[in-house]
Amino acid sequence: MSWIGPRRGGDSAAGIPYPVKVVAGVFSTHLPKFSAVFLAALLVIFSGALAVADESAGPSESMVNSLAAKKFGDKRAAIEALAALGDERVIPVFEAMVDGNLWLRKSDGKVVIAQAQGSVYVLQDPLTLAEIGQVEKSEIKSVRANNKLRRMIRQALGGLTLMSADPARRVVAADAVFRAQSADAIPALETALERENDSSVASRMERALAANRLMTTDDIEVRLTAIKTLGGHADPEVQALLASVLVKGETEGLDESIVAAVNEALESVEQKLFLWGLVGDLFFGVSLGSVLLLCAVGLAITFGVMGVINMAHGELMMIGAYTTFIIQEIFRAYLPEGAFDYSMLIAVPAAFLISGVFGIAIERGIIRWLYGRPLETLLATWGLSLILQQMVRTIWGPTNQRVSPPSFMSGAMEFASGLTLTYNRIWIIVFSLTVLALIGVLLRKTTFGLRMRAVTQNRRMASSMGIRTGAIDALTFGLGAGVAGLGGVALSQIDNVSPNLGQTYIVDSFLVVVFGGVGNLWGTLVGAFTLGVINKFLEPLAGAVLGKIFVLIFIIIFIQRRPRGLFALKGRFVES
Amino acid sequence: MMTASHRPMLFAIFGDRGGQILLGLLLLAAILVPILNQMVPPDSPLYLNAYRVSLFGKYLCFALVALSVDLVWGFCGLLSLGHAAFFSLGGYCMAIHMMRQIGERGVYGHPILMDSHVFLNWNELPWFWYGFDSFVFTFAMVLLVPGILALVFGWLAFRSRVTGVYLSIITLAMTFSFMLAFFRNNMGFGGNNGMTDFMDLLNFNVRADATRCGLFVASAMAVGMAYILCRVIVASKLGRVLITIRDSESRARFLGYRVEYFKVFVFTLSAMLAGIAGALYVPQVGIINPSEFHVAKSIEIVIWVAVGGRGTLYGAVLGGIFVNYFKTFFTTWAPDYWLYALGVMFVGVTLFMPQGIVGVLSKFFGKKKAEADKDADKDVGGDTAEVTAESPEPAPGPAPESGGGR
Repeated sequence: MSWIGPRRGGDSAAGIPYPVKVVAGVFSTHLPKFSAVFLAALLVIFSGALAVADESAGPSESMVNSLAAKKFGDKRAAIEALAALGDERVIPVFEAMVDGNLWLRKSDGKVVIAQAQGSVYVLQDPLTLAEIGQVEKSEIKSVRANNKLRRMIRQALGGLTLMSADPARRVVAADAVFRAQSADAIPALETALERENDSSVASRMERALAANRLMTTDDIEVRLTAIKTLGGHADPEVQALLASVLVKGETEGLDESIVAAVNEALESVEQKLFLWGLVGDLFFGVSLGSVLLLCAVGLAITFGVMGVINMAHGELMMIGAYTTFIIQEIFRAYLPEGAFDYSMLIAVPAAFLISGVFGIAIERGIIRWLYGRPLETLLATWGLSLILQQMVRTIWGPTNQRVSPPSFMSGAMEFASGLTLTYNRIWIIVFSLTVLALIGVLLRKTTFGLRMRAVTQNRRMASSMGIRTGAIDALTFGLGAGVAGLGGVALSQIDNVSPNLGQTYIVDSFLVVVFGGVGNLWGTLVGAFTLGVINKFLEPLAGAVLGKIFVLIFIIIFIQRRPRGLFALKGRFVES
Repeated sequence: MMTASHRPMLFAIFGDRGGQILLGLLLLAAILVPILNQMVPPDSPLYLNAYRVSLFGKYLCFALVALSVDLVWGFCGLLSLGHAAFFSLGGYCMAIHMMRQIGERGVYGHPILMDSHVFLNWNELPWFWYGFDSFVFTFAMVLLVPGILALVFGWLAFRSRVTGVYLSIITLAMTFSFMLAFFRNNMGFGGNNGMTDFMDLLNFNVRADATRCGLFVASAMAVGMAYILCRVIVASKLGRVLITIRDSESRARFLGYRVEYFKVFVFTLSAMLAGIAGALYVPQVGIINPSEFHVAKSIEIVIWVAVGGRGTLYGAVLGGIFVNYFKTFFTTWAPDYWLYALGVMFVGVTLFMPQGIVGVLSKFFGKKKAEADKDADKDVGGDTAEVTAESPEPAPGPAPESGGGR
């Protein structure tokens, strides 16, 4: 609020920097005077809102009680009166009436919502929904409704939820109306549409309105505009609806102009859906690519920069994933529930450090004795991966461990076209790119990076310049291992945390590095995303397994063409 | 000329102590095992039951595939992680043949189709199943399927100079894609269940003791013949070129050798040997499924070679048998710790025993072996004085025993 206030009070034409400036000013010099004005303004706004709420008066108890009138005509009048209020609080009353849960308390003639619970009935106030006691069945009398009334209530309900304060409920109501397709819903929809401020909800209402008009009127002009509106919505349901109009038209006969318009609209819808499909495939491809990237970046360092084939890379990722699991367990056990979302903040550095320490230990203990013998390194690290796997299996068992997403990573963005982008995937894309960028900076802009590159390019020269090559080797390997741990944190969010976690990704990670070109972070980035996207585009065509096989064959053939990968290093030292 | 080309052959078979022992042991096993199973009464302590016969036969198949890996890795420097695929392809060819022999005795009783085909509602045999009812055709396929795959794959890879770890990684990718493919039910190879419940092979019941003995003898013979073949190759001029390629590929190329031809040749031959191993393996274990293609399997084969002793051929055979015997023993004794043991084996052998068991053994035998090699190299008998002068030095008598006990 604080930046909206001054903007209203002052001259908003000054552009974006203006509010910032004013805010700064507010907190320094004009603070007392301005805040007083501001608070006063706030008070006025709120009291106004309260006053409005009072004036509208909402449904009164007596109005609800009149639902229990003896004559159906009076009931109808009561329903109409309640519906005309356009107040959300009426919704549960109507729902209860339709479901037969609305009762009259004999003692005072109050209409209540009652639900059987064992032998007694639990009563709720129909408007506040507060529990107001329990009674025997003999003490209450059902408020009856006939089919005509029920239909009327349902329509009123549709209209009411269209007016709901919650945009999500309005969307649900609009979609329900879209599917129901009755002429009676049109007036309610029109008024709702007029009052609608939220553009996405308005678009759903427009869609529902157009569908209702198309299906219920015979007026060609109205139908044509409706078809045109529908043509603007990329949505499988609209597609089905339009197709059904065509099918119906074949049997019943349809105006030429309408058939043409439907065809045109259908084509446009299909085109848009196709594009959305492409966007979806692209997103899932990029998402898969980012997972591959996270797996492969660590390898790009150990394999690409150091030339070490680390088959235990997958197990280092597994260690990262288990670190996440342990940290979450600690948060669950010792910290309040609200703190759980911050477990990720601890898990990311912890996974990096723990995997990194494992990496340094591996380098000092095993790999440094095997430099210059890459094939032996492959075997030794494979053995190590077996030991690590079995170790985890001995400690935590072979089953999957529970890792839950923090609240900001659960849920999804949903689009009308049926495309769902889950937040954890989006976060992983962001995370992987961040990690890559940080590594790039580390390699290029820091002393450690400089030393690392010096050692990999010319070990003896670097050594004679006073660089402790052994320490650099250990740290470089530790860095690669730590990044693998970060990959493990991300994987724990989308895959099962089990001892086999690493095995699933090891082949893919190597292929990404080899495909992208060894010793090149760009290559790894491009390689990961290319493979991810190719994989996802092949999946609908060939099926998941066959698609994957095609990708493998593609890589095998690609490596024949470019044995050093996409972004090959050039120069003599490559050969050795 | 005649003698010059003749000598490597003799040298190949008789010139090398380890090989002599190996061939002798194989011969002994091929004679003894059937006798101990068939002639010795079951209550005798010497009796070898059919399970053990098949188990040892299985080890021999592993030894054969280890031998084939040693040929390419030990002598040409190609660390292939695709041999599990060649092995399994050979195995699948044999399995298809035996499936065809089942005939109407399957669960669904279909005269031609395999049970899993009936289950998939297929009406006719997939085209790639034709011909496998003939044993000769099957045998040809056992050689040709892995062979042609290796020929094409190797030609593509070696022509574009994919070497070292890159070759390992793409052969790994190949094995992995085969595993994925064979896991699909629609491939027509039984999906993840693979193929099992075999009945006959060449009209012999595969579950009968006598057939098992026969398969064991066949495996022993296959290992022996493959060993001789490999020895002939590595001891010939061709073998010298292979070793040159292993030690310095660019020099071999500068000397005018078309490196890729040599590599393709040896890779293809090795794949065929692996195929034979697979074909002998399947009837003895009675099942094949896509997990045979597993990446881990490929790497395990390499460790057999490394444990036995890379670049010696007989070491690979020894390693294949030893590691798998150890595995059988260990997995019954302490199943949870087998992966630790295997992992330690991987790490320990690469760090501390680069020459494998053979290297350790020859250290214990010390100069005796060196002298035997010398003996074979020079066929002049005049050096006996030198031999006797040196022989007291390595003296330790009990050493070979402790070495053998490992």
